[in-house]
Amino acid sequence: MKNYEVTFIVDPVLSGDEIKATAQTYVDQIKGEGFEIIHVDDMGLRTLAYPINRRNSGVYFTVEFQGPNGELIDKLELALRRDERIMRFLCIKLDKYGVKYNEDKRKGLIGKVKKKQDKKGRGNNAPAKGKGGPNSGPRRGPAPAPKRPATPAPAAKEAPVAKEVPAPKAAVATPKEAPAAKTAVAEEEE
Amino acid sequence: MASRDDIKFLSNPKIGQKRTKYCRFKKFGIKHIDYRDADFLLQFVNGQGKILPRRITGNSLKYQRKVSTAIKRARHLAMLPYVTDMLK
Repeated sequence: MKNYEVTFIVDPVLSGDEIKATAQTYVDQIKGEGFEIIHVDDMGLRTLAYPINRRNSGVYFTVEFQGPNGELIDKLELALRRDERIMRFLCIKLDKYGVKYNEDKRKGLIGKVKKKQDKKGRGNNAPAKGKGGPNSGPRRGPAPAPKRPATPAPAAKEAPVAKEVPAPKAAVATPKEAPAAKTAVAEEEE
Repeated sequence: MASRDDIKFLSNPKIGQKRTKYCRFKKFGIKHIDYRDADFLLQFVNGQGKILPRRITGNSLKYQRKVSTAIKRARHLAMLPYVTDMLK
């Protein structure tokens, strides 16, 4: 058994029914060749990263299927290439990890896990890159930041007092709050 | 006793330290990189849409190859740009 996946972009100028019909013809073609359709994913209208045939958006479809051999692929690609309604397509063979990934994605496992991992990855990656992604900001903040705001926070309350009175006096006056005063001193020195 | 957290340094002692790089795919056990997940792939390109080197991302060679394949597929399908500016 071999697993394949074909992604194609349908011209958005067509009406909704025509777009669906276009996708359906290829699903039918794949079925007609004795292949088993695993999943048809309608990703909907998306903006293209660059214009194709003077269009700035396209309707994405992904069809995952499996079958005994790869004879269908040539025919399918030829049909896709000839079709004017298809702007782009990509056929790929999935390895076992790809199959598992798609399964997990359908179950909704990937989104959650990925996000968590993404954040971790981004948090560590962003500083290395020197410029953060959009999500790196909040993640990056807490990492080095906590120590500063966490301890200076109590100090911040007393900071105005400490600043009004000379620092050493504050330290003498409130020996119990020595660490807080120290931070205040450190801040002033900075 | 004052632990290290209580000590206040004038300059941040972490600044000079080297940050250890690692391959996130190995670390988190990601086996497959989806070319349709453009947001994820965006982490591996720079502001011009070029693929970042392993030197910077820390990917292992095996997964760097997969990342670059996925990015190239995404570019073909207009999910990522070939050339651009101010991508991020």
